[in-house]
Amino acid sequence: MSMQGVKDEEKIHLNKEEQKRIRARSMKLLGEIIRPVRNRLFISLALVITSQALRVSGPYLIALIIDKGVPAAKAGDWNLLYLIVGGYVLASLFAGITIAFFLRFAAKVNQDIMFGLRKRLFAHTQKLSIEFHETYTSGRVIARQTSDMDSLKELLDSGGNEMIAGLLFMTFTAIALVTVDASSFLIMLVSFIPLFFLTRWFQVNTRVNYRKTRVASAKLIVHFVETMTGIRAVKAFRKEKRNEETYKGLVEDYRSVNAKVIQLFGIYDPGLIMIGNITVAFVLLWGGWRVMQGDLGIGVLISCILYARSFYEPMENIAMFYNSYQSANSALEKISGVLEEEPSVPQAQNPTPLAPKKGHLQFTNVEFAYSNGKVVLPKFDLDIPAGQTIALVGTTGAGKSTMAKLISRFYDPSKGAVELDGVNLKELSDDDLRTAIVMVTQEAYLFSGSVAENISLGKPGASLEEIQNAAKAVGAHEFILSLPDGYDTDVNKRGGRVSAGQRQLISFARAFIADPTVLILDEATSSLDIPGERMVQRGLQTLLAGRTAIIIAHRLSTVSIANRVIVMEHGQMIEDDAPAVLIAGTGKFSKMHKAWRDSLV
Amino acid sequence: MKKLGTVGTLLRIFPYAKSALPRVILGTLAAILGHMFALAIPNYLRNLVDQLNDKPSFTMLVLAVTAVLGMGLLEAIMVLLRRWLVLTPGTHVEAGLRKTLYAKLQDLPVAFHDKWPSGQLLSRVTGDLSMIRRWLSFGLVLLVANIFTIVVGFIVLYSYNWILATVFFVMMSPLWVLGFRFEKDYHDTARKSQDQAGDLATAVEESVHGVRVLKAFGRGDFMTQKFAQDALNLRETELKKAKMVSRLWFFFSTIPDFALGLCLIIGVWQIVQGDITPGVLAGFILITRVLHWPIDSIGFLLSMTIDARTAVERFFEVIDTKVDIADPEEPKQISEPKGHLVFENVHFRYADAPEDQPDLLNGINLEIQPGESVALIGITGSGKTSLTALATRLYEVTSGSIKLDGVDIRDLTREDLRAHVAMAFEDATLFSDSVSSNVLLGRPNSTKEELDQAMAIAQAGFAYELPDGLDTKIGEEGLSLSGGQRQRLALARAVAAQPSVLVLDDPLSALDVDTEAMVEDALRTVLKATTALIVAHRPSTVQLADRVALLQDGKIVAVGKHSDLLASNEHYRYVISSLDAAGKMIEVNN
Repeated sequence: MSMQGVKDEEKIHLNKEEQKRIRARSMKLLGEIIRPVRNRLFISLALVITSQALRVSGPYLIALIIDKGVPAAKAGDWNLLYLIVGGYVLASLFAGITIAFFLRFAAKVNQDIMFGLRKRLFAHTQKLSIEFHETYTSGRVIARQTSDMDSLKELLDSGGNEMIAGLLFMTFTAIALVTVDASSFLIMLVSFIPLFFLTRWFQVNTRVNYRKTRVASAKLIVHFVETMTGIRAVKAFRKEKRNEETYKGLVEDYRSVNAKVIQLFGIYDPGLIMIGNITVAFVLLWGGWRVMQGDLGIGVLISCILYARSFYEPMENIAMFYNSYQSANSALEKISGVLEEEPSVPQAQNPTPLAPKKGHLQFTNVEFAYSNGKVVLPKFDLDIPAGQTIALVGTTGAGKSTMAKLISRFYDPSKGAVELDGVNLKELSDDDLRTAIVMVTQEAYLFSGSVAENISLGKPGASLEEIQNAAKAVGAHEFILSLPDGYDTDVNKRGGRVSAGQRQLISFARAFIADPTVLILDEATSSLDIPGERMVQRGLQTLLAGRTAIIIAHRLSTVSIANRVIVMEHGQMIEDDAPAVLIAGTGKFSKMHKAWRDSLV
Repeated sequence: MKKLGTVGTLLRIFPYAKSALPRVILGTLAAILGHMFALAIPNYLRNLVDQLNDKPSFTMLVLAVTAVLGMGLLEAIMVLLRRWLVLTPGTHVEAGLRKTLYAKLQDLPVAFHDKWPSGQLLSRVTGDLSMIRRWLSFGLVLLVANIFTIVVGFIVLYSYNWILATVFFVMMSPLWVLGFRFEKDYHDTARKSQDQAGDLATAVEESVHGVRVLKAFGRGDFMTQKFAQDALNLRETELKKAKMVSRLWFFFSTIPDFALGLCLIIGVWQIVQGDITPGVLAGFILITRVLHWPIDSIGFLLSMTIDARTAVERFFEVIDTKVDIADPEEPKQISEPKGHLVFENVHFRYADAPEDQPDLLNGINLEIQPGESVALIGITGSGKTSLTALATRLYEVTSGSIKLDGVDIRDLTREDLRAHVAMAFEDATLFSDSVSSNVLLGRPNSTKEELDQAMAIAQAGFAYELPDGLDTKIGEEGLSLSGGQRQRLALARAVAAQPSVLVLDDPLSALDVDTEAMVEDALRTVLKATTALIVAHRPSTVQLADRVALLQDGKIVAVGKHSDLLASNEHYRYVISSLDAAGKMIEVNN
């Protein structure tokens, strides 16, 4: 279906049906984020209404002063004047208090909305499968969570409450005007006609253009993030100038669409002022004429003018709000698209509990193909008894990593089932699955924070002793101690100061401390030097005791700790036996092993 | 550096806004004029009220209405003019700042990027810059225009009646004190909130880049909790800001009304005394109503100005950073690149290394002849990667020098140097672009043959089988490719650059034995003609090199042939060999 999830999200001009669908989706999201705070929204609305009602009484009281207070004072009765002025000051004081209170209250509500959506979006992107992340790219996910959220923040800051308050203020003013002088109100009613057409024009034009700004802004962010993440390669291959050219173009695209929407507002806003001022002039003409006829008091005329003026005062706020609403709406269109994405590897609805964990893996009639239909692993069966250590070898692209991803459920098989201790992985709760099966990959990503924090990611809340034991077990303890602050050393962005080998050691310690039933090592030792690898292998001896392990390694030294070797080629398992048997034989593995032995000298 | 105040800090942005200034000034004038027209309206009403009381005439009414209408239209036109004048240049200034910041970030050395969380950079280039734009084209203009309007409004008030005006003015004076106090308090909180927004962006970035690790360990929820904590912190700061603004807003909206209340009593008293006409009081009231918004708005314009100030501060924190790996003022050139690379007593330490720690590279002496290839061996963390990074000035030597064909590399432009020396990193960064653009990054104008040749050497034939062949767009960081595939493309990229010196950082680590052997065979032909420095972890990689240099405790402790070192040097055996002296596999079981 078109416009499903993030599909077609860069499309600007939508047909009617798409427009309807995407509108429904973002309105639904808006409803969802507002629902939890709706009671408080009513309270804050009540606050605003109170303060607006108090403010609206202002011109009325002033009219009273001129029409009643002054004559009374002239007659020597000052009490009436004091009373009215006292009422005016009190009204303003209470209006001020309610407004100040409202501002704080509304900030809380707004921040709760922001917090709720931030967390929801973050959690949702974490749930989405690797497949999604690979195609959608990290820069876009970041753009959705930063600049799009900023648009929503601007909307909330510009005050939905104030918009409603403004509308109410206008309503109150209109009612007050009707009471004071109904015929002046009719003049104001006529002014609604140009108002309507102007607003419609603004709405249609901004919708398309704001959509463009969201797309342009995401592109800027994607490019920026990619440059900064890959800054070494950028520098080493002198990509700076070319990047600058690209970025310049993107900045200019963003600038011009942004300028466009700002200009639209630049016409809309004075348009409103103009309609307002013309209305005031007509109210004056009509009122003045009647004063001349003696049909109207001067005080009433003044309050009519004040009301007519006040009526258009909140228009500017409403216009601004409407402007940010249009902007936030395009952002919500994109955000709701991401939220609409379903993980292609969904969590079990009614998970089967896993107990006791043994680590027996079974593949039954498993086949794996990409969504484009390309078969990576043709149908196969495989049984890995609990506690077995398997070495998976073969040329790059033979399907080893795909196997690992099936076991760790980064992907689900296209056909057949993968079972752990008799339970289909799809039936396991995410918690059970991730406690039971842990995968360490070649890409040893470190998060900002200390070394200790990075290790304890495998077991949140682990004591320093546990962390150190894990590091000792994989041979990382010594180098960690040599870092500036030992275990408290900040690993910096992307582990800038920690070498690739050291990063792998840290992520090994992370796996060690996680203490899983099934451990998958996908090229997890590729960057280690030989002494490091020896240490890790020594650690593995302890680590793998009583666990099921699947080790993918190009360096066949790992094979010495495996009970069983599976050789893969073009997605098929061509050899499967104990290492000694295979080495002694004449097959592929025997040759590989010989070549590897020769490479050691 | 001396700490600048709000005005001083904001003034720093003006050199970047020069082109926009004339229009911003004109826009401010338009805003002032617009306000003046609005201020003029009560004057006509005042006369009208008095004359309606006196001797009404229809002509006079029409005249007054025409004047009000005219002023009203002019006001709207001035608003139109202000927006038209100011808004477009504002976007140009924002775009200019954005480009400047981006260029500066690319210019800053890798050490800077190691230190700065990327989310902090991102939040500067997005949120902060649009903040500055809005301030320049909206906040600044209105602040100046509104203050001017308030001043003129007071003069008009004085012209109506000096007693009323003085009362009004004195009553308003506490607002100044409040404004100044607010500026001080609000600044720190505004800054904190922007920094926390940056932290949040960092958390988002890491959660996305590290999504595989989080999935593999099932730590998505854990990260979400951590992120939620960061988001809560930001929420707290935002609430604190709201509290401050609400207090200011309270005073700015009520005090003018208090003042007006007092004026009303005095005004009526004056009317009763016959000192003024009712029209004067009506006009006075109308003017204070016109002034209501400019006075009200000072509160939020002030907070906006301070937000802009902290955004400017954050912008200049990057711009003011000295690029300590810069191009020389009078760059030299290498007339005939041969690839003669010499390290002379090279010392290197990271700027934040503890003082009691010796230099990571503590006096490196190494000479690589043109066309020679040298393998660099040492245990993890011995400084091999750092040494290779020095050769392209990704980091700078702490002391000593590196010479390429007799020229100190600091005397070359970085562009030139990096054209001569190409690198293949261990973790291969690929950009979201086609395979061929990624491979030809170092030499975009290469021919198809050169491209094919580089691909062949790196055994990257798999790329031809991708959906669109070499035109296939690969994801950022090449994530949909396997580690081995990415590494081969990175290698192809280094080869395709046809440099005089190749620096390869463990270039074959992710390759299987068969592929590795094929790459090595092919690489040998390239290495015959090219100088190379190869970081190696495995004997098979070492075989590529003519000589081996052993790095230990920050020094090159031995240089020689692989077989010689294997026989003579125990540390070398420890680092590179899985076999013991007798040629047997070292058992890992004991």
